[in-house]
Amino acid sequence: MNTTEVGGGTPGVPPVKVEERLFQNRYLVDAGRPHIKIKAHTTPSKALLALTHLCPAGCYSQNDKGQVEAVVDGCVECGTCRVLTAKTGEVEWNYPRGGFGVLFKFG
Amino acid sequence: MIKDKFDAIVVGAGPSGNAAAYTMAKQGLKVLQLERGEYPGSKNVQGAILYADALEKIIPDFREDAPLERHVIEQRLWTMDDTSYVGMHYRSDDFNEENPNRYTIIRAQFDKWFSGKVREAGVVLLCETTVTELLRDPQGRVIGVRTDREGGTAFADIVILGEGVNGLVGQRSGLRPELKPDTVALAVKEMHFLPREVIESRFNLTGNEGVVIEAMGTITDGMTGTGFIYTNQESISIGIGCIVSDFAESGRTPYGLLEAFKRHPSVRPLLEGSECKEYAAHLIPEGGYNAMPQLFGDGWIVVGDAGQFVNAVHREGSNLAMTTGRIAGETVVWLKRRREVASEANLAEYQRRLEATFVMKDLRKYRRIPDFLHRNKQIFGTYPRLLTAAAQTWFRVDGVDKRAKEKQIFQAFRNGRSLPGLIGDAFKLARSWR
Repeated sequence: MNTTEVGGGTPGVPPVKVEERLFQNRYLVDAGRPHIKIKAHTTPSKALLALTHLCPAGCYSQNDKGQVEAVVDGCVECGTCRVLTAKTGEVEWNYPRGGFGVLFKFG
Repeated sequence: MIKDKFDAIVVGAGPSGNAAAYTMAKQGLKVLQLERGEYPGSKNVQGAILYADALEKIIPDFREDAPLERHVIEQRLWTMDDTSYVGMHYRSDDFNEENPNRYTIIRAQFDKWFSGKVREAGVVLLCETTVTELLRDPQGRVIGVRTDREGGTAFADIVILGEGVNGLVGQRSGLRPELKPDTVALAVKEMHFLPREVIESRFNLTGNEGVVIEAMGTITDGMTGTGFIYTNQESISIGIGCIVSDFAESGRTPYGLLEAFKRHPSVRPLLEGSECKEYAAHLIPEGGYNAMPQLFGDGWIVVGDAGQFVNAVHREGSNLAMTTGRIAGETVVWLKRRREVASEANLAEYQRRLEATFVMKDLRKYRRIPDFLHRNKQIFGTYPRLLTAAAQTWFRVDGVDKRAKEKQIFQAFRNGRSLPGLIGDAFKLARSWR
């Protein structure tokens, strides 16, 4: 997942690294078979761009060409990205294969 | 994978799927249940509160061995600004009753327990199995499911979809529309561990008593949403959620919002010294009655979050899930006894039975509320600020006479929201609430 800082954006609160939170979670990563893919694009839509701050697992980031990329190893499978980009169709979303992905101990 | 034909296939092993599967198996039906997680609960997230009534109607003696955390004796509602809150707290020793009404639970553990009961009742459960599509006959009737297992098809007279808010099977099969960013909330949550004595002294509790806090105000930074703090035996569940479209427009990160909530001067002392052991996120269907999809069709029924069965105003969901699951199960049993097919016409009985319960009555009562909250953001910013400022003016003793203070408070409300605004909001709220 991204190692870049993803700002809290809330005044008075220092930026939070989402990786530190995800570190607590258990995952069974399906190596080489990401369950979310971003379709090729030159300029991301507003919705796709919003995922760089909206994804609760910080899976999305912008590369230096301005395109949005995703590394979904830390995905918590909430589906927010799928819902937000349903209209633009920029995100190809599937559940991880049975048994893979996040494993909540407490939920 | 499964050669036999089943009476019913249940997709999902959350509260709604478990309720449906249990109800049918107890009446002798042959049920297959499919769960994509490694174990039931491994993909599920909730605050979480368990409402006894809904579960009691399914497993009357659940208290004997269910993994319950604390029974709720105190409910707090906090209206917060940046430094303070105005709270309404209700605490009663009457809630220390023999059969308590509400409990805090840890969802993954609860789902595992519930699933154990379901399997004891005779349901065949397959975990690590993701349903990929519905199978239909030439007439379009649903006759089974395809899964991601090798040769993974299974057949049944009816498929019950308890696949949750993010249920792809029903959506991709065209049974229900895609979720809309302005009627679905994204909530993030952390589990903070503390010794039980510390929790009990911080929240003024003894034994298994518990407190729940629901919070609103500037903590959501102008967005439609709420926060919560629930006491478990040795942990505190803390979370916050807002409408997805609000998040998209605001530029805020969900975990940044949670961090700010945790750092609020009224919250921080409650969590002091705790260890966070899990971070989770989940969508909550908040569209209510107006967002409800078609609930049944030829060979299928939808239950729980997948059917938008959440009462956002009262923060109720799992009880609606279990109730819709139970009623769906009872409907299928009823049809089976009468030797009738699971056609759309016959399954209308499911909706008829639901109409008689609190589920449809409550959702219909509040059908205007989601829209009201979405369009009236002052509820989450202006009013909390005015309310807390009024409280401070009132309680601060500074040589200003009381009549002047009253005037000051009234003037602040008029300046903050204008007289027509205040009256309009009160009117709109009353009409939506009705």
